[in-house]
Amino acid sequence: MSAVSAGHEHAGRIDGTLNAAALRADTRRQALGFLALLSPGLFLVFAVIIVPVGWLFWLSLFDETGTLSAANYARFFEQASYIKTFMTTFKVAFVVTTACVLLGYPLAYLLSQLPRRAASICLVFVILPFWTSVLVRTYAWLVILQRKGLVNSWLIDHGLISQPLQLANNFTGVVIGMIHIMLPFLVLPLYASMKSIDIDCLRAGMNLGASPAATFRQVFLPLSLPGLASGVVIVFVLCLGFFVTPALMGGGKVIMWAMRMEQAASLYSNWGAGAALGVVLLAVTLSLLGLFRWLLGARAAGVWSSR
Amino acid sequence: MNAENNLPISHWQRLWLYLLGGLVMLFLIAPSVIIVIMSFSGSTLLQFPPQQWSLRWYQSYFGSVEWRDATIVSVKAATMTAIVATPLGTAAAYAINAGTLRLTGAINALLTASLIIPVILIGIGTFFLYARIGLNNTLTGLVIAHTVQALPLVVLTVLSGLRSYDMNQEMVARSLGAGRFAAFFQVTMPQLRFSIVSGALFAFITSFDEVVVSFFISGGETTTLTRRMFNALRDQIDPTIAAISTCLIVLSIILLSAAQLLGRRRRTQDSEQHA
Repeated sequence: MSAVSAGHEHAGRIDGTLNAAALRADTRRQALGFLALLSPGLFLVFAVIIVPVGWLFWLSLFDETGTLSAANYARFFEQASYIKTFMTTFKVAFVVTTACVLLGYPLAYLLSQLPRRAASICLVFVILPFWTSVLVRTYAWLVILQRKGLVNSWLIDHGLISQPLQLANNFTGVVIGMIHIMLPFLVLPLYASMKSIDIDCLRAGMNLGASPAATFRQVFLPLSLPGLASGVVIVFVLCLGFFVTPALMGGGKVIMWAMRMEQAASLYSNWGAGAALGVVLLAVTLSLLGLFRWLLGARAAGVWSSR
Repeated sequence: MNAENNLPISHWQRLWLYLLGGLVMLFLIAPSVIIVIMSFSGSTLLQFPPQQWSLRWYQSYFGSVEWRDATIVSVKAATMTAIVATPLGTAAAYAINAGTLRLTGAINALLTASLIIPVILIGIGTFFLYARIGLNNTLTGLVIAHTVQALPLVVLTVLSGLRSYDMNQEMVARSLGAGRFAAFFQVTMPQLRFSIVSGALFAFITSFDEVVVSFFISGGETTTLTRRMFNALRDQIDPTIAAISTCLIVLSIILLSAAQLLGRRRRTQDSEQHA
């Protein structure tokens, strides 16, 4: 491309050796031009994300008196409350991810098998919640699940229970709210990968005498695993750092990783402690993504572009 | 698409799949539907369906100075985010698409960093940085932080438009004497307009719905709508939030349909060109 444009700008030259320097200069000028186009965006990202995150990382290496120490990290192993936070976080992430697989796989499979028109209508049910504010959806679940909420008043009115069930402000509430928020992150990449499975593979399997169930198990399921894996990784990683739903639906009983960071920063102004939590969270996130990329290779590229 | 390729499985055999899929779709959509219906309730009690109907929660939303101010802050921030993020993202997408730069991997990683780094870390980091340079509780700070969040979406949307655009057209314009900028603005941009506008819509809604970063960096006179909602939800369940939520849901529907429509226009335009 640069050669073509250079050719236009320096029309009429024949000898290649004379042109070489001019062409190189032109390529360089063009590269600088592209860099100039990128620089405002890159600068903002660098200033607002990379600098503060790096700064926090630096802060996490010092204790309250300002001396270099691993105190902020040692705390994670020593204090029971931190260990409990990590356990809760991983437990929530694990339960939510599993539920998303169990609910999301059949839905994505159904969407991939429907005729195009029907599929695009059904997709609205996935995309609309996806683009609805997390706060709105958390509020909805509070209305539905709380003590005097819709589920409890319905059950009591119909005489099915006498005491309201504890559905919100605890582990159950956090998990239900988060499944609702995470489900589209699993369904959308999974659906995309299922759509790219060649239907002829399934037909071949059936022609060779496999039952529908066997065809699904031996042909479709293995082919859909990379898409499922990317959905699982996205959901799990998002769960680890999730803040809004546990903060609003946990009732102060379910303390997750991100809430610990918020408390450290805004309640105690203990930047070192909050920063250390953030550094470990980022490290876990990046290693999970890295591991996934390494396992699945280039196919993993672009999983984040679903939103 | 697959239905035309008829696998030898009857609908009857798949009944369980339709049932299960339908239930999951119900699970996904029900909360929004319930909130919309509840927002027209006439009572403070949470009853479904409501016993009497009224617009009192909408009156309480529009009548409250605090909610109105917060809404104005959010609209301002979202509009300015779209105005800033769209040209920056378009320029970046153009340069990435040209693909002549080395370090493309690093550039992509940097541009999409806000999607990968946990948002809680970005929120605390931004708060910490802004505390040093006095940008907390300012509209400028809010717009800068939201622009960084919206940038990857604009880049990805415009990039997908550029992928189906033949860059030789710009070359033709330049060989006919147009400068680089004229060639872009007169030839390329008009054909990318659907992608660019979609990107702007995504930037707007990203900013408008953003909770976590706003939670840390907005306050006082620049409290965003989501920030105020978050606080209100921590205290008690105020049905006014149902009315606000309904407005947010309607906004999402409008912006999404617009983006969808633009995408369809773009595809028909592409296929006409290739025909």
